[in-house]
Parts: sequence; C-alpha cells; structure tokens
Amino acid sequence: MPDASQPLVTVRDLHIGAVTDSGRQVEIIKGVSFDIRPGEFVALIGESGSGKTTIALSLMGYCRPGCSIAGGTVTLDGRDVTAMSEADRAELRGTEVSYVPQSAAAAFNPSKRIMDQVVEITGIHRLMPRAEAEAKAVSLFRALALPQPETIGRRYPHQVSGGQLQRLAAAMALIGGPKLVIFDEPTTALDVTTQIEVLRAFKAVVQKGGVSGVYVSHDLAVVAQIADRIIVLKGGEIQEENTTPKILTEARHPYTRALLAAVDPVPHQPRSIAGLQPRPPILEAIDLHAGYGTFQNGEPAVKVLKNINFRLERGRNLGVIGESGSGKSTLARAVSGILPPYRGAVLLDGHELDGDLKERRKEDLRRMQIVFQLADTALNPAQTVGSILARPLKFYHGLRGAARDARVDALLDMVHLPAALKYRLPRELSGGQKQRVNLARALAAEPELILCDEITSALDTVVAAAILKLLEELQSELNLSYMFISHDLSTVEAICDDVLVMYKGEVVEELPAARMSAEAAHPYSKLLISSVPQIDPGWLDSLDQDPELLAAFSRR
Amino acid sequence: MQASLIPYILVARRLGIALITLIIVSFAVFFATDLLPGDVAEILMGQAATPEAVAGLREAMGLNQPAFLRFLGWLGGLFTGDLGTSYVNQMPVADLIGGRLANSLKLAGVTTAVSVPLALFLGITAAMWRGSAYDRMVTALTITVISVPEFMVATLAVLIFAVWLKWLPALSFGAEVGTFWALLKAYTMPVITLTFVVSAQMIRMTRAALIETIDTPYVEMARLKGAGRIRQVLRHALPNALGPIANAMALSLSYLVGGVIIVETIFNYPGVAKLMVDAVATRDLPLIQSCAMIFCVSYLTLITLADLVAILSNPRLRR
Repeated sequence: MPDASQPLVTVRDLHIGAVTDSGRQVEIIKGVSFDIRPGEFVALIGESGSGKTTIALSLMGYCRPGCSIAGGTVTLDGRDVTAMSEADRAELRGTEVSYVPQSAAAAFNPSKRIMDQVVEITGIHRLMPRAEAEAKAVSLFRALALPQPETIGRRYPHQVSGGQLQRLAAAMALIGGPKLVIFDEPTTALDVTTQIEVLRAFKAVVQKGGVSGVYVSHDLAVVAQIADRIIVLKGGEIQEENTTPKILTEARHPYTRALLAAVDPVPHQPRSIAGLQPRPPILEAIDLHAGYGTFQNGEPAVKVLKNINFRLERGRNLGVIGESGSGKSTLARAVSGILPPYRGAVLLDGHELDGDLKERRKEDLRRMQIVFQLADTALNPAQTVGSILARPLKFYHGLRGAARDARVDALLDMVHLPAALKYRLPRELSGGQKQRVNLARALAAEPELILCDEITSALDTVVAAAILKLLEELQSELNLSYMFISHDLSTVEAICDDVLVMYKGEVVEELPAARMSAEAAHPYSKLLISSVPQIDPGWLDSLDQDPELLAAFSRR
Repeated sequence: MQASLIPYILVARRLGIALITLIIVSFAVFFATDLLPGDVAEILMGQAATPEAVAGLREAMGLNQPAFLRFLGWLGGLFTGDLGTSYVNQMPVADLIGGRLANSLKLAGVTTAVSVPLALFLGITAAMWRGSAYDRMVTALTITVISVPEFMVATLAVLIFAVWLKWLPALSFGAEVGTFWALLKAYTMPVITLTFVVSAQMIRMTRAALIETIDTPYVEMARLKGAGRIRQVLRHALPNALGPIANAMALSLSYLVGGVIIVETIFNYPGVAKLMVDAVATRDLPLIQSCAMIFCVSYLTLITLADLVAILSNPRLRR
C-alpha cells in the first residue's frame, strides 16, 4: 500500500529525443518534471506536437519507434522505469500502469473477440483464472454502463459502436487493477452526446477504484470536468501547472489564456444587410433528397438526406451541425453536385442548378466553391503551393504568365501567408498553413459562396480560432457567404448567423446561432446543445439530461 | 440469421469467379494455340504428302470445322476428362500427362513442404527483429537469391554436389530410388534449387505484410498491456496479415507447376513443363492445350485458395 503522502509518480528532468526521417536528432521533451499523488487525476494539455502523449507513454517506460528517453527519471511507485529492462517494464504494463488509447477502434485487434482482448492482461501476467477474469470484466462492463454486459464480450470490435469501444478499452485498462491509468485523448473521436456518457463512466469507475489518472487532451473543457490538476504543455516544455480551478480562473501564461479564449469564442456579429437591394438568396435548397447505392425506381438503396429545405441570404452564414452520420457532409456533397440529389432542387442566386456537377455551367461552378476538412488529402502532394493555386486561376479566369503569378501572390497574402511559400510542397507546411492554402484555392475562383466542410476540425484550437478570424475578415472584404458544416457547436456559434440542426439526414430545427440554447425547441437540439462541455468544472456533475432522451438519440 | 450466410455467399461468389475465369482462360488457350503457325496435317504427313492426302487427313481430324465448334467439343471433352489424342504418337493425352503430372506434383509437393515453413519462419523472425543484424542478413540473402537466375543455382548445385563432392546423383530421374535415403538424395538438388527460387519472394512478402500489421495501434496496445514480442507478433499481428501472406505464397507456389522447365531440364526430371516444351517442338496441339490448361488450373486453384484464406481469416467478412 503506497503512502498517501508520497507521490505515486515522480518525473524529474525528463528528456526524450527523436530521430527525424532525415536522420537528424531532435529533442521533443525538454526537461519536464512533475508528480502525481495516489488517487489524483492530472491532465496534460497542449496542442499537437506539444509532447503530451510522448510524456504520458514514458510513464509506462514506452517510447514510440524513433524516440528514446535521453535523460531524467520516471519513478513509478518507488521504481525507476527508465532504468528497467524491457522485460521488467512488460511486467509493469497492465498491472501497475495501463493505457486507454485515443482511438479504441484502431487499438482493438479486428480479428479477435472483445472478451479475449479485455482479459488478455490477466493471462499475460497470470493474475487470475480465465473464468474469474471474465466475471471481473462483466462487472466492469456493467460499471461502465455498457449494454448487454454479459454478452458484449463475445462480439468482434466492428460489431459495437465507437462510444462502446472506448468504454471497453477502459475496462481493458482496469482489469489488471492498475495504480495509474493513462487516458490518451479517449473522447476526442466521439460525438458530444456520446462523450458525456463515456466521461461519466470513466469518472465513476476511477473514483470508485481510487486509482490515479493521467488525462491527455487538447480540450480544456473536457479536462476541467475530470482533472484535479492541469499541466499545460507547449513545445515539449511545461508552460504552467496548477489546480484545475486556478488554471481556469487565474491562468498566467499567455498560451493558457489563448486556449481558454479559444474555448469561449466571441459570438459572431451578423453583418447588416439592411439598405441593400432585395435579391434572391445566394443559396436555396428545396425539398432536397440524396442517397447512395444502386437506384431502383428513381430512388437510391441508401437514402441519406430527406426533405432538406433552407435559404442562405447573401452575406450571411449558415451553420450545419449534427453528429457523425447525421448527413451534414452529404448535404455539402449534394449541394455542390458531387453527389447529385435524386429529388429536389438547388438554387444559386435564384436560378436552379443542374443536380450533377458535370452538367453545371463553369460560371456556376466558379460562384460556389467547396473546402474540405483534410487539407492533407485535398492538396496534391506532388505539386507546389504555387501550381495548386495557379490551376483554378487558369481554369476559371484564363490567367497565365506574370498576371497569374501576381494573383497567386495576392491570394497568399489574402490568407496571411508569405509569398515565398508558393515554392513549397504541401507536406512542408504546418496543418494551419495547409488549411489556409486550401482556402486560398477556393478563393482563386472568386466565389460568392464557400461550402466549408469541417475545415477546422483537424486543427488545434488556437490555430482553428485563427482560421475562423480569417474567414470573417475575408467575408467583409470579399462579400462572401459561407455554408459552414461542423460537429463543433462553439465553432459554428463563432461564425454563423443561422444554424441547421441535422439528425439522421433531416433538418430537425433551424435556429439563430447567437441564441441556440435559449431557442432550441426540438428535443434533439436541446440534447446536443446541452452536451457541449462547458469550462465550468462542476458542469458534468450538475448536468441533468433526461436518460430516456439520451437513449433515444445517441445510438448506443 | 442472414448474417451467418454471408461467408458462404462470399465463398460461393469467389468460386463462381474462379469458374468463369477458367472458361475465359480455356477460350484463350484454345485460340492462342490455334494461331500457332504450321498446319498439323501437313506436318504429320511429311514432305512427300499429296495435297489430297493432307485434305483427307484434315477432314478425318475434324480440322475443317469452324474453330468455335472445335472449341466447344474440346471444352466438353475437358469437363468429361477426355483430353483428346496426341497428334504425334496417337496416345491419349491423359495417359501422356498422367505420369508426368504425378511427377511434377511430387516435386512441387516436396518443395512446398520445405519452402513454406522455411519462408514463414524466416519472414516472421525477420519482421519480429526488424532492423537487427539478423533481419538485415535475411534481407540481403533473399535479395541475392532473387537476383541469381535459377539455372545458375541448379548448375552450381550439380557442379558442387554431384561433380566435386559426389554426394548426390546429377540426374534425379532414373537414379535408384529403392530406399528412402536414395529418394531423399534424388530429390535434394531440384528441391533445393526450387526452394531458393520460390522462398525468397515469400520471405520478403511475409516480412513486409507482417511489419505493416506490427505498426498498427492494436499491436502497440498489446505491447502496452505487457505482451512480449512473440505474443505481439504471433497472436496479434499474424492473424491480420494472413490474407496478404497467403496471396504471396500462392503466387510463388504457382510457379512450381508450370514455371519449372529449366530445373526439370537441368536435372532431367520428367515433369509436365518439359512435356509441354516437347509438345511445342512437335506441334502436338492437344498436348499443348492440355498442359497449358493444367498450368492455368493449378494457378487458379492456388489463387482461389489464397483468397478463401483471406476471406475466412477476416471476422468482418466471416460473421
């Protein structure tokens, strides 16, 4: 039994080095020190590349391939894991310290049954007989509020939902009775309504078992619900460390303040359209239906969008929110003609567009552009930024030579990138820079309407906030309208005037963005809006959601 | 209930595709051989033949029928086990091939029994200790073996083991195979040579497929659960790499039936490949067609088997 006054984990002057693809040695963790007391929950927070996962994994004596502990000590329950042999570390893993991965969907072996994987730790370390282990697993499944706890273990990973898998991964981590559990962004890949259930389940089992936890995340609001203490990381160094309430109220470091600001964005100021001549809406959808699969009797096998109606006035922004599978990306594909709708009409500036992209006039294509979520896959990796931007200039405007080069420079300037970047390849840019290039390519067409499909979802909060600011700037300069698709309500709130709430391919409600929580009337919109984590540490505990409503709308 | 039928449907569909492919292949084989230069009747009658005699023979052999009708007759024969009659020595093709095919399959079987476990062992261990001196040695060795042509390996083997050391007979067939020891000696050299040729690719593909799965998050998860390296690889990575490994094996092994002509020639081994080359020399069309079909069937069988392994080892398809 560890002495409660002694820290369970002591990290002192930890340095971790990595070898880059070009063989260069770099230091990614630069002298980090902190303690974790028994029963304490500590959050490591920071953007991608801050080293938070690397530090968390080093507590298990593990470094990803290419990395190695270059100096310092990590003491777990009185033993230095950095000085151990790999065999001794293997003894520790699963019994003393265990791991809940970011994506349980990827961390479960697709070819093995769930139960075999959950109880594997007890087999590897010979902790208990198989029957006892399975009984313990079932009781953990029950504690984690998993459906059919008796039989869920017989399924394969692909037969359960993402939220369930994430809780099963927690059961897998707890089966060996560890003293420390590392949660590596365990809810990042989940929808907000699912995230609540999972967070609650984690909190309940961890508090009951009296284990310590490390919670790695980039989401301050989530961390505020679960952590006793927060360590803010950037560039492999600790920026600030304090108890959760103090970080939230008395943050000293500018980076922490930027993180806090990004969680609570300034609400969008609608642009005044009074005094302008009445014109038809820039985009209108009437009774839109779309789906995938083979057609029969003029209807596809899988119907995704049903009966979608909306109007987007010129100079305004329309948000589309919903959870994964709600059909919001399909809506962007249907409006843009990538997936021709099988019924209904799309009107651009008052005239009806052909459903199919291939049949649309070049002029119509130019006026409506689309920006995709992943700049990594949307930008051709073999072309320089300059030629990526030059192509739409030639296609839509027939520009060539010096005029085209000048326009490329102007576009880069518009998205606040230096002109010298045009000689670079996409992989030589950061995530935020790539998304700016992605946006500049859409601007090259000189559109009136841009469909933004989750364009900030893959970015760190601070970077995403900068992109949103850029979008606003561009809007007032170029008189653009956006249709902004996102699963993140605070993002939508920051940029949109009106919001469509989608559920299972239908628009359940249309709300003004600034008064979403006040005006929501449909039970699903209410559930969705109330599920967005608030920065208040007591939010999760005081959150009162109707369990029947939750069961009805979140597909458990 | 419906879901439990899915694997059977997938298997049945795969077998159906194999059958359709076989028919297309037989079509190609028949018409490709039909395009071969030279008139069979003329060749058979010799230079002194009168045109009337040639025409009579052609009529008697049914060569004047439209090609498509001949194809249907031939295909029907194939399915009923009648491979036709050799033009050259008037023996049923089935009899000519029978013994030879048994020989080829024996050689292929022994080579498979040696090369598959060897390749799996080397491929898995190399992947397990990736980047180690052992891994680099295996990789260097396989690349060397791939680069050396098989006739070189075979000739060197004869030179060293038969001529200099006199341990093994230079010719495999016709050697005394009364005892098990003698049998072993007779097969050693062709089997070694063929193992060299087919294992290298299998080792490389096994290693590559396994490394790909070793790099997945679920194998990392197994490691973070405290699993040792052997457990990580054999229990977690290997089952997910079976599909690609089985396909690589099938591709390599298919070579053992049709592609071994050089080895069969050097060791004077009477297999099907040698029979086919002889048949081409004598314009013996039924024999050529039957040999070609045997090669295609064995290739198709192996590839189909590999795909079935891939289907059945994937629970997403199985369930």
